[in-house]
Amino acid sequence: MSAHDYWLHLADNALVLGQRNAEWCGHGPILEEDIAMTNNSLDLIGQARMLYQGAAEAIGGGATEDSLAYFRDSQAFKNLTLVELPHHGPLVGYATDNRDYAVTIVRNFLYSALMALVWERLANVANQGLAAIAAKSLKETRYHLRHSHDWLVRFGDGTIESAQRAQAALDYLVPFTQEFWLLTPYEAAAIAAGDAVDVRLLKDDWTQLVSQAVDTAKLQMPAATGYVTQGKFGTHSEHLSYLLAEMQSLARAHPEGVW
Amino acid sequence: MSVLAAAKRLLSTVTDPEIPVVTLDDMGIIRAVTVDADTGVNVVITPTYSGCPAMTQIEDDIVAALQPLGVPVNVSTQLAPAWTTDWMGDAAKEKLRTYGIAPPSRLCGSAVAQPQVMQFIRDAAVVDAVDCPHCGSSETTEASHFGSTPCKALYKCLSCQEPFDYFKPF
Repeated sequence: MSAHDYWLHLADNALVLGQRNAEWCGHGPILEEDIAMTNNSLDLIGQARMLYQGAAEAIGGGATEDSLAYFRDSQAFKNLTLVELPHHGPLVGYATDNRDYAVTIVRNFLYSALMALVWERLANVANQGLAAIAAKSLKETRYHLRHSHDWLVRFGDGTIESAQRAQAALDYLVPFTQEFWLLTPYEAAAIAAGDAVDVRLLKDDWTQLVSQAVDTAKLQMPAATGYVTQGKFGTHSEHLSYLLAEMQSLARAHPEGVW
Repeated sequence: MSVLAAAKRLLSTVTDPEIPVVTLDDMGIIRAVTVDADTGVNVVITPTYSGCPAMTQIEDDIVAALQPLGVPVNVSTQLAPAWTTDWMGDAAKEKLRTYGIAPPSRLCGSAVAQPQVMQFIRDAAVVDAVDCPHCGSSETTEASHFGSTPCKALYKCLSCQEPFDYFKPF
């Protein structure tokens, strides 16, 4: 465990969700959303790059943003389990399903609501590098939050079909948010050093923000209960390896290749 | 002319690769230009959005523009203070409008001084009032939060029926 692990946690969240959402590129439900989701990914991958660059500097020994993104395996990733899930509800075994935009929107909303609060606090930490990244990411995350909030309300307060799918997505995803409030050793160390936010202190604000939105969308807030996932500790669902395999294959087939 | 003055004059001609009617200066992307006897011309730029794919192009354009000086050119990136559309001058906004992009209709203030997230969500229900850059009508509506790039939203004019990009306050 090192100080840069907290940066990797933040970076991995952004990269994995950025990669996941980029699956909609060229397949969006409508043209405007195809573009919106691609722009959303662009912001997230940009945030990940800034964080990986900072972490690589701290790690030294030839580490680069690319080595951190492309040459670490799933166990080394410290992202929240929520961001690695496919764009559809629970399935058994290797079964696959069509992407469901309600899952995409609900996940983006739950995550953006958290990160807007996190970046807001991190913009004031003593570490100037992290504070600068946070101030920049906060502006972007607010637009992501606005976008996903808007669609959550449209779905929930829309047709019977859209409301059902939004509710199913909420029921499926909200239990994964329990993981947000777990404290990892690297977070505890970073908090002690004054260079992290204690995410547990954000739970009330987050719950209020999310509950209000769910209420506005005329949906029911499900209970966050059941198994507590451990992605931020490095224990992931089966979905992360597949995502990384696709994302990392080119870099691994042509190591040290440059444009 | 001093090297610094010459560098600044050459830089003032470099345009934004995405929006070629405005210069990097207009956009507030160039934060500092200094000349050092040993290292040459040092240009500090700041990214607009963190994932903006134009940043590499911007670096290359700056190096190319300063080539005639015959001295080394270093371009470095600085994140703080975070880029904001508040740095766009009136002349730049007018150029955007003429080009067909509605400029930001309000100022943001600093990132941390902005309303808290809870308030932002409540404010978000209010869509910015934007005048159509084509016909000037204030009867416009937002079609999508994100347009052709992350920095723009897609609007539609209800008077002339034309779609247009709106440069979001950021």
